[in-house]
Amino acid sequence: MKCDLVVVGAGPAGSMTAKVAAEAGLNVVMLEKRQEIGDPVRCAEGVSKAALRELVEPDPVWVSAEVKGARIRAPDGTEIVISEDRAGAEVGYVLERKVFDRALALDAAEAGAKVMVKTRALGLLEEGGVLTGVSAQFVGESLKIEAPLVIGADGVESKVGRWAGIDTALKPKDIETCAQFLLLDEGIDDEYCEFYLGNEIAPGGYVWSFPKGQSIANVGIGVLGSKANSGTPVMLLREFVKKRFPEGKILEMMVGGVPVSGPIETTTADGIILVGDAARQSDPITGGGIINAMRAGVLAGDIAAELVPKGEVDKTSLQVYEKRWRETIGKSIARNFAVKEFFVDLTDDDLNRLTHSLDGIDIAQLDLRGLLKVLVRQNPKLLLKLRHLIV
Amino acid sequence: MLLVNRYKCGYCGACVGVCPAAALELVETWIEVNDDCISCGRCTKICPLGALELTKEAQA
Repeated sequence: MKCDLVVVGAGPAGSMTAKVAAEAGLNVVMLEKRQEIGDPVRCAEGVSKAALRELVEPDPVWVSAEVKGARIRAPDGTEIVISEDRAGAEVGYVLERKVFDRALALDAAEAGAKVMVKTRALGLLEEGGVLTGVSAQFVGESLKIEAPLVIGADGVESKVGRWAGIDTALKPKDIETCAQFLLLDEGIDDEYCEFYLGNEIAPGGYVWSFPKGQSIANVGIGVLGSKANSGTPVMLLREFVKKRFPEGKILEMMVGGVPVSGPIETTTADGIILVGDAARQSDPITGGGIINAMRAGVLAGDIAAELVPKGEVDKTSLQVYEKRWRETIGKSIARNFAVKEFFVDLTDDDLNRLTHSLDGIDIAQLDLRGLLKVLVRQNPKLLLKLRHLIV
Repeated sequence: MLLVNRYKCGYCGACVGVCPAAALELVETWIEVNDDCISCGRCTKICPLGALELTKEAQA
């Protein structure tokens, strides 16, 4: 099989790349190793309304719920409330990823891309040192797909980058190890996304409750890999649920790893572009990855459409992708990585003190950056190291 | 040697993401381990479900 572009992975990053490239006239093949797209879910499913609307028209079939804002709870129970339009990239809509991911793949298919499920990429094809495509397995049968450019949209477990010599391995301090229950409980707040902080609750991470309507929510936990031990996330999540939602009924269980490494050194190689979690483009503070993945996909799709017809797909030509994503989504990813590196080592006392320092200040209309600014102003000593980040 | 308890595994791929030797792969609903495994134990610590285990002989 021959085409202009192979996209490995049919999540939001892959489908956006495939759609944009196909719309621009490229002959695109998108591979998904699983037999279903969007399942199993490995995500809290929260996303900013405004950011999503810039990328795709919201459809009620894949929006589970809309929220009014976020509540952040300090270890001692003190709360901060932020309104939805300001809380940043992960609050606004709570999605149904199983439906959302398939809808995005459908968009790519309608734009002309060929979608192949239960098709796993096995390695890169080469001829005389030049990348010529991928070898794959389609429902157990070998298959060669020839293309000058390969997009690695293959998620946290990405292989495409590694095959091309890009070291994408995450250090334990650069991954949040996560567990989540779809929980039914009368105590679920249907109107707010909730974040619970504390070194006992979630070392180097947080517990979340993202409502999906009718007293159901994604209640999950992220623990920093360097502070975790075998099975820590599920164990701590069970403890949290037992305390906070003792009568809660678990309808589904999900696990996953979220890159929080900040921008990696390179996301391109000769004939290779990495997008989304494969490129470690998730936000190091919130762990949100959908919007960044989709934006990176749009950039990659555009660039593929521009460069493939010219035959300019070597690493030097692909620097335009590095430049564009680092100048856009990369800026907040880099800043939030530095903030995360600082925050993961704060004690519960520090976290309480920071929360109390906001007493009497109207923060409802602040975004994450604005909130940081106020925190630095109120806690100049404690947050001295963050001053340079907040200009 | 690295053992994967596939009855515990939630096939999320977090272990694959941290493997410094690229020895792991997530294939649909199971994890495959190849000969490149260096028994470093990184994957066992970050597994959210505790499905991975290093046997003692290999650690010595």
